[in-house]
Amino acid sequence: MLNAMRNYYIFKSGRLSRKDNSIMFETQEEFKSIPVNDIDSLYIFGEVDINTKALNFLAQKGIVVHIFNYYGWWTGSLYPREELLAGEVVIRQAEHYLDRNKRIEIAREFVKGAIHGFVYNLKRYKHKDIGKEIFQQLDNYLNLVNEQEDIPSLMGIEGNARDLYYDMFPNIIRQDIEFDKRVKRPPNNIMNALISFVNSLVYTAVLKEIYRTQLNPTISYLHEPSYRRFSLALDVAEIFKPIYGDRTIFDLLNNRSITEDHFDKDLNYCYLKETGRKIVVKAFEEKLNTTIKHKKLKRNVSYERIIRLELYKLIKHLLGEEVYKSFRIWW
Amino acid sequence: MVNGVYINYYFHCKRHLWLFARNIRMEHNSEDVFIGKLISAYSFDRRRHEIQIVDDEDAIVMDFIDKNRKVVHEIKKSNKLEELHIWQVKYYLYVLEKKGIMGFKGLINYPKQKRAIKVELSDEDRTTIKEVIDDIHEIINSVKPPPVINKSYCKKCSYYEFCYC
Repeated sequence: MLNAMRNYYIFKSGRLSRKDNSIMFETQEEFKSIPVNDIDSLYIFGEVDINTKALNFLAQKGIVVHIFNYYGWWTGSLYPREELLAGEVVIRQAEHYLDRNKRIEIAREFVKGAIHGFVYNLKRYKHKDIGKEIFQQLDNYLNLVNEQEDIPSLMGIEGNARDLYYDMFPNIIRQDIEFDKRVKRPPNNIMNALISFVNSLVYTAVLKEIYRTQLNPTISYLHEPSYRRFSLALDVAEIFKPIYGDRTIFDLLNNRSITEDHFDKDLNYCYLKETGRKIVVKAFEEKLNTTIKHKKLKRNVSYERIIRLELYKLIKHLLGEEVYKSFRIWW
Repeated sequence: MVNGVYINYYFHCKRHLWLFARNIRMEHNSEDVFIGKLISAYSFDRRRHEIQIVDDEDAIVMDFIDKNRKVVHEIKKSNKLEELHIWQVKYYLYVLEKKGIMGFKGLINYPKQKRAIKVELSDEDRTTIKEVIDDIHEIINSVKPPPVINKSYCKKCSYYEFCYC
């Protein structure tokens, strides 16, 4: 490998600029240079000044920059001009969206991947209160996926399975935390705040990988195209949210790395403080860098790379080469 | 349209050829490729002058030409894939002949190894290249990509993860 690139996270406030062939980050206390070839993607949480010279440079180097607001919500990404374009792939992507049967076939795989993740998480964080019935019910939903002929009912199945899965969270988490139901925009308690934040990390990680392929991020199958976000990233993130995102959450809460002190609460919303964000980001980054031996490739691959491989599988499906089967964690 | 790289990939891997022709390319982060580019860029830099010949049928980019000695030079990093390099240069000679530029020979330079090999175009080669060009058109126009080839050199290919995942 020419370079093992990294994700950089900026929490401080300061100025981001280009100096020669490096990216400079300047705060009141220090002056840091970041070698541009080392940057895989850039996460900006702080209040950062940036000019077009720096933006152009980042874009030219194909660096996806994710921007988060004061509360840590993802607000947008700099998605540079496509470097890897192949008309063929985009046309086939659209073809698979327009044909109802082709669309639902792919959408079902995303839902199956998600539910499989729920099941594996419940198995991994086994608790006496998670009885056989739960697994049977989830299994049942998994079978029902194949019977759904339209997107809304498929979404419905996913929603039901997810509710069942979230209901089990209090059994998994060994901290006394309030979590009745999933609430977004804005999250109302620390569990929801944590899920929202981690899900945005999964989403941005997928988006960056999509940028490194020929896939167009706005043509999607489970979610409606361009529904507020890069919807293909939302689709693929469904598979990785439980196994990358939720597992990070469980571990952080269960070893008490994250506690109530890391959150700021207001009347009806809740968000992670900077200290908390740093801990979560670090844990998530470690997760992405964890490697496993890939069965088919017979090679060590990182969790992050597995996202890319998922996209390759999707491209092969679109090219009519190999039927897409979503990633199933086996550990 | 066929180009020198297509000829190269044709002999190396037909699937690679198909994907490349459809512009489905992988990120280029291979150190070998990078070093190869540097070697091409910095060897013979006083004599180098890329020559392009592009028309409806063919597109070639030759590293440089010695007009007096009538030699087409091609610079490569290592002779590991010598067979492919030879066909690439033979194809250049073939295109030159098609344009009425006769009597050229090829020379593949491996500056790092301080070696060079001569290439000539025989009648047999001319027939083969014609067949290869037809074959290439057939491959790149097929709807699906050709199957994976399961060769040991696949492990070094930028498409390895794409093909085998």
